[in-house]
Amino acid sequence: MLGHWSVIVAFSVVLAFPFYWMLITTFKQTSDLYDITNNPFIFNARPTLEHLRLLFGETLYLRWVGNTALAGALVVFITLLLALPAAYALARLTGNWGQRLGIAIFLTYLVPPTLLFIPLSRVISLLGLQDTIWSVVVVYPSFTIPFSTWLLMGFFKSIPKELEDAAMVDGLTRFGAFVKLVIPISVSGILTVVIFAFTLVTQEFVYALTFIAPEAHQMVGVGVPTFLVRGDVYYWGSLMAACLITSLPIALVYNLFLDRFIAGFTVGAVK
Amino acid sequence: MAVVETRGLTKVFKEGQLGAVNNVDLVTREGEFLVFLGPSGSGKTTLLRMIAGLEQPTAGEILIGGNVVNHLSPRERRIAMVFQSYALYPHLSVYNNIAFPLKAQKIKKELHREKVEWASSLLGIGGLLDRKPRELSGGERQRVALARAIVREPTVFLLDEPLSNLDAKLRASAREDLEQFHKRIGTTTIYVTHDQVEAMAMGDRIVVLHQGFVRQIGTPKEVYDDPADTFVATFLGSPPMNLLESDDVVVGFRPEHFLPADRLREGSRIPLRFRVTYLEFLGAERILYGSLAGSRFEEKEVLSRLPAAVSEAFQVASVYDFGVASESLRFFDRQSEKRTQPKAIAWQ
Repeated sequence: MLGHWSVIVAFSVVLAFPFYWMLITTFKQTSDLYDITNNPFIFNARPTLEHLRLLFGETLYLRWVGNTALAGALVVFITLLLALPAAYALARLTGNWGQRLGIAIFLTYLVPPTLLFIPLSRVISLLGLQDTIWSVVVVYPSFTIPFSTWLLMGFFKSIPKELEDAAMVDGLTRFGAFVKLVIPISVSGILTVVIFAFTLVTQEFVYALTFIAPEAHQMVGVGVPTFLVRGDVYYWGSLMAACLITSLPIALVYNLFLDRFIAGFTVGAVK
Repeated sequence: MAVVETRGLTKVFKEGQLGAVNNVDLVTREGEFLVFLGPSGSGKTTLLRMIAGLEQPTAGEILIGGNVVNHLSPRERRIAMVFQSYALYPHLSVYNNIAFPLKAQKIKKELHREKVEWASSLLGIGGLLDRKPRELSGGERQRVALARAIVREPTVFLLDEPLSNLDAKLRASAREDLEQFHKRIGTTTIYVTHDQVEAMAMGDRIVVLHQGFVRQIGTPKEVYDDPADTFVATFLGSPPMNLLESDDVVVGFRPEHFLPADRLREGSRIPLRFRVTYLEFLGAERILYGSLAGSRFEEKEVLSRLPAAVSEAFQVASVYDFGVASESLRFFDRQSEKRTQPKAIAWQ
């Protein structure tokens, strides 16, 4: 029992610490932050709102968050729109080739962005999408779709075929059975894909940096370090505030759906 | 209510291989309970799935109510099917499971409650409507599957081994329930099983299948008493029919007809000497394992099945005077294994 609790406490401290660090740094005066004789874990001077004022007043932080949320939502939508039918077809309709094709698709996910961003930037400029969030909306699905397809394939395979047979005998077409039966049963898998694709959009750096230059169109992951690190000056308080505000909602969603999320990943992993 | 007919129905899964179902011709009768019986791999489930429209036949025709339905999708065939695993929709309550076919077929919403209540009360599951499938026992799940099948009042019922997931005790009562249920609704029903006891108990007629071929179609009494070939003779009956090869014929007799000589009428009796090697006492009956002795069938293994009314004691390794009535003998051609006319054969 004691061992059990000590493990829980140890992990909680490890996991909560970055949030605590971001939180106090957000409100610390810069002089407090840089004085190495101070205890770094507590406030040694009065807390300040100066860093938040800088973040919201002198950068386009809110705009970047909005850009990221919009791009994230679009990428999630495109990913689901393409990966759901693809995964179903590969899991059910393509016979022996489905599995091999699924693995082949998954392999494309392993090609690193650092290799791809040069050819893709040509594609983006051909499409005339440079310097807009549409550039990342077009590019991100190229790696969210393969992974999501592979994950959902495992999910669909775990659904007994007889269920769909029953639905078809009961009066649905195969497409109807897919929409009204397979998708509702696979909510955990779909949720996993949603969270995966969305977090990927918020954290991606290479493409967002190379494809978008103007301040107003930045994604949050690029805008924050670009405009809050000026020369060799790090605006730590504002940087931490930006990280805290961006990461809290995602952390909350993760926790809310943790059980389903784990189910999603284990099914995908085993099958 | 409708009649199901198949004409030359064939299913080949891999080209060049023997078909899973080969050239099957059969016609159900109005309101009949027809059983497809066969060992695993005999093609009975494939045959059923083709009738349901879940498999496309390689050749042949399927008719339901006189119309060719080959080109129709499962939902257009107005059939209901109960699957081996019951295939209940795990995310829906019992009520919504039963209402699912009504919704899928766009039947007016006002009618749903009434129909679901009718179907669930018919099967005695009116109290379970708010539960989820995972909260039900095996027997309850089976009833929900049946309720979901009858709710849209189908023309034909297809049941794919619906009792095989139940334990032995529940199976017997579920069997009786199913029979009662069929009597009440009177819909033409096709029932797939590998269990000959189920087939004999429930079927109006039995279709015996083996390697995708229909071996015999007949009432339980016909297939048991007058098997069409040696496969049917040995597949039905437990223990199976004794078979003895003699020249170009095979002679068969059921273990329950192979009795101590004094139990048989003198005139028609064929005397045989029986060496007992092993004895099983099963309560209501005894099974004697052994071989024939002192005839041209010396060493041929045979079984005898004695009812409890036969009380003589038998010793292992002893030889007894047994016999079989000549009218209990069945004759098969040795080459084709098909039933032939009775023949006089030399016994000694």
